[in-house]
Amino acid sequence: MSHTSTLHDAPHHHANPTGWRRWLFSTNHKDIGTLYLLFALAMLFMGGASAMLIRAELFQPGIQLLDPDLYNNLVTNHALLMIFGAVMPAAAGLANWMIPLMIGAPDMALPRMNNLSFWILPAAGTMLILSFVVPFFPGGGSQINTGWTLYPPLSVQVGMSMDFLIFAIHLLGISSVLASINIIVTLLNMRAPGMTLMKMPIFCWTWLVTAFLLILVVPVLAGGVTMLLFDRHFGTSFFDAAGGGDPVLFQHLFWFFGHPEVYVLLLPSIGVLSHVIPTFARKPLFGYKSMVGAMIAVGTIGMVVWAHHQYTIGMSLGAVSYFMIGTIIISIPVGLMIFNFIATMWRGAMTFETPMLFAVAIILMFTFGGLSGVMLAVVPADMQYHDSMFVVAHFHYVLMPGAVFGLFAGVFYWLPKWTGHMYDERLGKLFFWINVTGFNLTFFPQHFLGLAGMPRRIIDYNVMFTEFNVISSIGAMIFGFSHLLLLYIVIKTIRGGEPATSRVWEGARGLEWEVASPPPFHTWETPPLIRQEQSA
Amino acid sequence: MCRRFTTVGGLIPPIAGLVAGLSVFHSTQAEYGINFPPPAADVAQEIYDIHMLTMQIATFLLLVVFSIVIYSLYFHRKSRGYPADQHFHNTWFGNWSWVIVPALVLGVDLTIASNADAVLKKVWDVPKDEKLMDVKVTGHQWWWEFDYLDYGIKVESRYTPREQAGDLYLREVDNRLVLPTNTKIRFLHTSADVLHAFWVPELAFKKDAIPGYVTETWSELNREGVFRGQCAELCGTWHSRMPLVVESVSPEKFQTWVAEQQEIKVAAAAEAAATKTWSREELMAKGKALYETKCAACHQLAGQGLPPAFPPLNGSAIVNGPIEAHFNMVINGKPGTAMQAWGALNDLEIAAIITYERNAWDNRTGDTVQPTDVALAR
Ligand code: HEM
Ligand SMILES: [Cu+2]
Repeated sequence: MSHTSTLHDAPHHHANPTGWRRWLFSTNHKDIGTLYLLFALAMLFMGGASAMLIRAELFQPGIQLLDPDLYNNLVTNHALLMIFGAVMPAAAGLANWMIPLMIGAPDMALPRMNNLSFWILPAAGTMLILSFVVPFFPGGGSQINTGWTLYPPLSVQVGMSMDFLIFAIHLLGISSVLASINIIVTLLNMRAPGMTLMKMPIFCWTWLVTAFLLILVVPVLAGGVTMLLFDRHFGTSFFDAAGGGDPVLFQHLFWFFGHPEVYVLLLPSIGVLSHVIPTFARKPLFGYKSMVGAMIAVGTIGMVVWAHHQYTIGMSLGAVSYFMIGTIIISIPVGLMIFNFIATMWRGAMTFETPMLFAVAIILMFTFGGLSGVMLAVVPADMQYHDSMFVVAHFHYVLMPGAVFGLFAGVFYWLPKWTGHMYDERLGKLFFWINVTGFNLTFFPQHFLGLAGMPRRIIDYNVMFTEFNVISSIGAMIFGFSHLLLLYIVIKTIRGGEPATSRVWEGARGLEWEVASPPPFHTWETPPLIRQEQSA
Repeated sequence: MCRRFTTVGGLIPPIAGLVAGLSVFHSTQAEYGINFPPPAADVAQEIYDIHMLTMQIATFLLLVVFSIVIYSLYFHRKSRGYPADQHFHNTWFGNWSWVIVPALVLGVDLTIASNADAVLKKVWDVPKDEKLMDVKVTGHQWWWEFDYLDYGIKVESRYTPREQAGDLYLREVDNRLVLPTNTKIRFLHTSADVLHAFWVPELAFKKDAIPGYVTETWSELNREGVFRGQCAELCGTWHSRMPLVVESVSPEKFQTWVAEQQEIKVAAAAEAAATKTWSREELMAKGKALYETKCAACHQLAGQGLPPAFPPLNGSAIVNGPIEAHFNMVINGKPGTAMQAWGALNDLEIAAIITYERNAWDNRTGDTVQPTDVALAR
């Protein structure tokens, strides 16, 4: 051991470049984690801006602000920026920062690849944004008006902006697959001696499952959009019925990726909760093993239920029955996870700092979203719900709590560790309340809109839908602007604040709390020894 | 002080939302409510019932979860001096909950799935060995075409502009889908261009219109009335302007309607077949009417188009150039774009539209196109 540490100590001083080189050439998991998080924050604001434009347009019936193609372009852009730009990179940022600290590893297993998987992202993000703006230049063709699902034949009609988007998806996919490989290799090889897989912190487990899912499904999406590219430019007709192809094939490829993708977005945040709730309930996570089992089950079953997004394409009775029952069954592992969280709170000694407030809100609201998911799974009823605002309400109720709020909880939970300063608890709570109120105000009424017959992705609607749209748009403005407060809190914490101890939270357990706050540039150069009773 | 507020507070937003939602419902949404409109077919009623069943189960479970969480938030707090029970996960409950909880959830799942499966069977497959009335529903960018296959009638249905439609704007069309009650009807769904979806909530089903596919659904209306829905699958620029209006009438009234439509059809065919030479004015008048219903959604009333997706016709090279290219564009469309083939229109209609386009706005070709020219160009 002493041998390795001398080897490491020597190059430190001249191997740590400063200025822009520190970031561009970084192979340090903490710096790369920070880059990921900053990138995600920037994309969160861009995606948020498109969402607020959408809601501003829908504030009243009629077409006031946008034109229909710009509206559809924003709908597409919003989803892609949020999914690929904000949530996935933010989760990868947490993984980069926390996984090595949690498993007692000096860094990620493949640091140079780590650098690559981050630095592909700004290029991909630029392509994604270009796909949005190119139509505004002379000769730029028509706007992407397909929604994030990119269904042909509509996506074949779109101008060159679609090609930018296809390449952006390729790049984003490469970045995710590289990051996933790195995470899997790190988790399987770099755990401190004595940390068996079944002692690994749950956040690491969630990322292990997520990384496998990504490697399995991202290439399918890449294949699908490549076929689309060929149909657009090279005279193939994979998806063109007139040429012997099949437009529905694309939907299968898309959702074979798309459904597991929702678990990719969900699981890392479930991982965060599995640390936040025990910390603030001051007792160990209830059901560690069943948590691991549940997430593996979710990942596995989640791979084979994709066509519940396509109940209306005219599948056979046998096929829809299968997809319905498979989808309903997912509620078993998902229910078990929620149960474990509640049982962790039960008979604890809870306090309610900002991360815990988010955790409680997640349990309540995610349950709500999961239950509307079960309603959607029921084929005959989904013949009504499908492609209505009810679906929009459902997936925002699962994604916002299930993914975004989980990330917020993680940021508040670990910010003191990263920066060495406590964030302003009063402002944190204020942010929570405004944010969660705005969220519910925005999305709760959309259930009613959907049931009353309002389809999704329309720029203009009949007057009978006005009231709920007004409420929803007001909520969206509150919700959207509340994120400026988040930005302020984060900047304020980076710049100063009450110094954080290394444990930060009274109830915190785990290796990451044994290093200083902020941690030194290099940590765990000597692997810690895992004591028998110590686990997540 | 502040603590107590935070604990119960997780609940406030959903409840506030619900209250806000309900109060609005009473004032203005009374007609449609916050739930599906009353079904107009027996299968639709079953779908409605399964929706209510799952919603009630979901609401019940939500209440259970909320109650347990709120209880815990209130009692298991450090500020109340509650000591954390470090061994809760090692009790018998802790050791067996991974079996108990899935078993309970499975019970709920099976209840939902078995009920759903029973309804699904009735809804999904079109009744066999029975006389059904067939209606082919074709989605177009951005209008609907209804072919009454048993009667040889074709109806084109487009949204009514705001000035005429008033409060029904985006829920009203020029020609409705007229259907008889108490008759088993089979709908055959397909599309001429991109994906669309047929959705009328009272009929309680939605089906995608997919180019190259014909998918089936069926229904038997059990009451008269006017039922409104709209296209539910994103189909490009004017997706919001594809309302669907079903007018459900008694079988007798339906027969009268069919007779009327057939007369109109015979008259139109006779007119088109007449071997007369049409004057410029006649063609322009017909052409204007046809252009405004069929072409103006994309190319706009004044022919200015909506570039880059929809090119202007005013001053267009094709419209002002050799007539062959103009015929070809209208009759065969342009694959890979929203410009569809209009070859199904009769010779007179195409002659009128082309004459109109070549002489309207700033276009001054002076051409008068006769139906016989169109017949030759086909
Ligand atoms: C018990 C768990 C769940 C069930 C049974 C379920 C079921 C469904 C079903 C059947 C649909 C298709 C609705 C339609 O288009 O007609 C759907 C849509 C969706 N769900 Fe879930 N869901 C569940 C949980 C989740 C979770 C955890 C997430 C993400 C974190 C999620 C994200 C989505 C998204 C993004 C869509 C819509 C995608 C689109 O059409 O653009 N769902 N869900
Ligand atoms: Cu899904």
